[in-house]
Amino acid sequence: MSDIATLQNQILAAIDAADTPDALEAVRIDALGKQGSVSALLKTLGQMSPEERQVQGPMINGLREAVTNGIAAKKAALETAILNQRLATERLDMTLPAPEAPRGTVHPVSQVMDELAEIFADMGFAVAEGPEIEDDWHNFSALNIPETHPARAMHDTFYFPDQMAQKDENGDGKKMLLRTHTSPVQIRTMTKQEPPIRIIAPGRVYRSDSDATHTPMFHQIEGLVIDKGIHLGHLKWTLETFLKAFFERDDVVLRLRPSYFPFTEPSVEVDVGYSVVKGKRVIGGSEGWMEVLGSGMVHRKVIEACGLDPDVWQGFAFGTGVDRLAMLKYGMDDLRAFFDGDNRWLQHYGFNALDVPTLSGGVGA
Amino acid sequence: MLTVDCGDGNPLQVVCGAPNARAGLVGVFGVEGATVPANGMVLKKTAIRGVESNGMMCSVAELELGDDHDGIIELPADAPVGMAFAEYAEANDPVIDVAITPNRQDCMGVMGIARDLAAAGLGTFKPVEVPAVAGSYPCPVEIRTDDPDGCPAFYGRVIRGVKNGPSPDWMQARLKAAGQRPISALVDCTNYLMLACGRPAHAYDLAKLNGAVVARRAEEGETVTALNGKDYTLTAEMTVIADDSGVHDIAGIMGGEHSGCSEDTTDVLLEIAYFTPERIAKTGQALALTSDARSRFERGVDPAFLDDGLALLTDLIVQTCGGEPSDVIRAGQPPVERKTIAYDTARCAALGGIDVPADRQKAILQSLGFEVASDWTVTVPTWRRDIDGWADLVEEVVRIVGLDNVVSIPLPRADGVAKPTATLQQSLERKVHRAAAARGLNEAINWSFLPQKEADAFGGGTWSLDNPISEDMKVMRPSLLPGLLSAAQRNMDRGAASVRLFEIGRRYLADCERLTAGIVLAGEKTPRGWSSGKAAKFDAFDAKAEVIALLAAAGVATEGLMVLGDAGDHYHPGQSATLRMGPKNVLAAFGSLHPATAKTFDLDGAVIAAEIFLDAIPLKKGAGFMRPAFTPPALQAVTRDFAFLVPEQLHAGDLVRAIKGCDKDNIAAVRLFDRFAGQGVPDGQVSLAIEVSLQPSDKSYTDDELKAISDRVVTAASKQGAALRG
Repeated sequence: MSDIATLQNQILAAIDAADTPDALEAVRIDALGKQGSVSALLKTLGQMSPEERQVQGPMINGLREAVTNGIAAKKAALETAILNQRLATERLDMTLPAPEAPRGTVHPVSQVMDELAEIFADMGFAVAEGPEIEDDWHNFSALNIPETHPARAMHDTFYFPDQMAQKDENGDGKKMLLRTHTSPVQIRTMTKQEPPIRIIAPGRVYRSDSDATHTPMFHQIEGLVIDKGIHLGHLKWTLETFLKAFFERDDVVLRLRPSYFPFTEPSVEVDVGYSVVKGKRVIGGSEGWMEVLGSGMVHRKVIEACGLDPDVWQGFAFGTGVDRLAMLKYGMDDLRAFFDGDNRWLQHYGFNALDVPTLSGGVGA
Repeated sequence: MLTVDCGDGNPLQVVCGAPNARAGLVGVFGVEGATVPANGMVLKKTAIRGVESNGMMCSVAELELGDDHDGIIELPADAPVGMAFAEYAEANDPVIDVAITPNRQDCMGVMGIARDLAAAGLGTFKPVEVPAVAGSYPCPVEIRTDDPDGCPAFYGRVIRGVKNGPSPDWMQARLKAAGQRPISALVDCTNYLMLACGRPAHAYDLAKLNGAVVARRAEEGETVTALNGKDYTLTAEMTVIADDSGVHDIAGIMGGEHSGCSEDTTDVLLEIAYFTPERIAKTGQALALTSDARSRFERGVDPAFLDDGLALLTDLIVQTCGGEPSDVIRAGQPPVERKTIAYDTARCAALGGIDVPADRQKAILQSLGFEVASDWTVTVPTWRRDIDGWADLVEEVVRIVGLDNVVSIPLPRADGVAKPTATLQQSLERKVHRAAAARGLNEAINWSFLPQKEADAFGGGTWSLDNPISEDMKVMRPSLLPGLLSAAQRNMDRGAASVRLFEIGRRYLADCERLTAGIVLAGEKTPRGWSSGKAAKFDAFDAKAEVIALLAAAGVATEGLMVLGDAGDHYHPGQSATLRMGPKNVLAAFGSLHPATAKTFDLDGAVIAAEIFLDAIPLKKGAGFMRPAFTPPALQAVTRDFAFLVPEQLHAGDLVRAIKGCDKDNIAAVRLFDRFAGQGVPDGQVSLAIEVSLQPSDKSYTDDELKAISDRVVTAASKQGAALRG
């Protein structure tokens, strides 16, 4: 074995034996440093004859390369070992809980109102609003409910004292009350907007009624279409289309029953068919019927009271309970809990902020 | 505990507490699944005090057969065990519940319902046969109407020599089936007429009358004791029936106790009158007095049925109680003129959505009592006061044809994809909703009304209900916070560690309803955790963070808002503020709740609250969708830190704003990153450290330029009273 081969074996063995970066650096200096054994050999090349250099050159350069590579490889190996050692000390128990972000919720009533707005927007309905503290003209008289009408007694109305009466343009005092239904928004819309009109009006309404299934405040949604040539058939289609979209079921069946509301003529009560699934009523099918909507063709007197010509314009109106729709769709069974602000209930029945109803994603969540 | 033999050989165990329950008694047994008439309860197998009980032995009251509820029914010992009781008692006439809408007074009697059923194809309508009951002597009582507005017509007659007592079984059975308690033959006859024909009438004991019987206005303050035993004070707006000695009847609503018929009555005066519906409604509302008569009169009885009604009633009484009737005496004239309506049969399809042939429409209207002339002038029957115009005729036709025949017709649809319909305000509200929920707040919906005390804690409310359902629901809320605080308190009482609630709704002010978002944070902000070990509490800056985030979601450029005081007395005076757009427009108030306010709501510890006045946010209509061009600066920004000593009272915000404004060409951002008071800082001062970001435009800053900018920063700060720390 030549001297060079011997030297190479010695150095490679030393590299192999180096177990710290410092030891490896010492080996490097011994071999490749200014005074190193390999550097010394490289220096001898200059004094050699060309022939000799031709033989020795590749051997010495091979030695240098082998040593350099060996050191580099060992250095990488040592660094990896050190990193691994450090990482081993940095171990965290990943089963420990991460910081919790509180989960917020949207109330089912707001969610359902957004759903309704989305569905009706597709049918060309805008959302209209009106005051909750109303005068008796908008809540009753304009809706063809005169003071002595028995229907006024049907609404258990919350009134404000006489001194809160607000003067109308003629200086007559109008008694103020909490609206008993969203129907006054019909009047407010028709008196300020030229037909054709397509609106829905969701909002709070109030009746002096409180038991297991009634709360003195609840939510209604009103729908109104005023146009030319609108009849009961359009009403039926609109309600069917809305209920199918809302419950996302194609087997929604409606049953119309004659009824009476002072502000519609003819008046129609709408039942929707349900089936019983696991003891709960589910909209769709026709195992049974439940009343969900009041509706009818807007009374000529109402159209007239709003300053429109009832021989030109006609249309329909409907109203239903938003809380009720929410209960039917999402299965809550206690209306009072809607207004209790119980965190646990809100967490259970509330909706994720990102559950924004869309037609493409589905209006239900 | 009873063992009940139902006749099928399987005796049932029943728990019963009746005093008269005993071995061998034959009674009436309610089986599992049956409904108790008196309370609507459905019987099921239960355990009473740990003992299984199947069904129930029934009392008279439970079956609504009378008032006796002292014990269970005892039947004769020979009553056949196992036979259906309804069959045994011959009470198996089907009872049909009919819901009458308020416009259909004509159906508040069997006759009207029969007419409607016949028109719908169920059976044939047989008009009631009115017997001619001739009088054998002139009516001895003078009858008058001195109030033709309230009582246009008042007919009457006397029957002498009647014998009052229980009415015949057939009449009692029918009255009971219709939910009317039998009283005495005379009263039952008037009730029978009312239920059969929808026609209320009244029978006075003639012996108790004195002088002419007159329909007149009550005198202001006049009183009457009604048949229900209660005293009523009347006003001059009310019509009464009176004689020389006083008021005997609140006209059309309830008779008086004094002149009612009793067992001893021998001579009666029958009254059949027509009262103006509006007057009856007003009187009934004013007295808060409901009755079967009122519910019919205020809806308007058939004005053409006075004579027939009186004849039927006379006949009934003579048949059941005997006696000799006088001639009929009539005062006034009922409004019997009939309305006519010009009808066009095409309206049926145009409004009702069903195309019904003209002859069918005619037949329907005729079957309901309308007269149809060849030119389609339709004359309305006197009993249909609700019919006003052609739309009502359309309703008559479509309801008889059946609303099932209405075919769905799509609403005309605008071309293309549906256009957005939400107003700017509505879009804003939706964004705030979603943003609040996304930030971990739970949306509550609270009552719009508050107890007086809670409204007062928030400056009081303008709108106070005249007839609240309870004192806790009296004042319309002037703020969203009371409702949220009460909800927070209920949650805390249930053991919640942390409450994060928001509500979006209206506040009710003197002149308007203002859309507002309210936030309440209470309890722990973060629970105890393994990394820090401690729970963190909310502070006023949490409210500030929520307010700024929600205003930003609503599209407000929040950096430009001013932080000022005057958040309201319900806040901690030193830990609250308002955010304003300009000095006047308050967009939000927030902070720690005043401990006194928290106490009003029984809340302990720090409670953080905020209100955002959504309707104060200016609505910006977007000018198209195009954004301004994005041109990133060519050179990187550099930052310089400054530490200042400032007087304690100096608002850090003022210092930051002053620095921001001192060199707008170069200063891109200013951020406060440290605040320190204590060792090394003189008393009465604090150290504020501020990072200033400088944005060079086309070439990097030279040392001189940087020095000049630094000098401007220090000068601006010193004007605020801040000294650069050495």
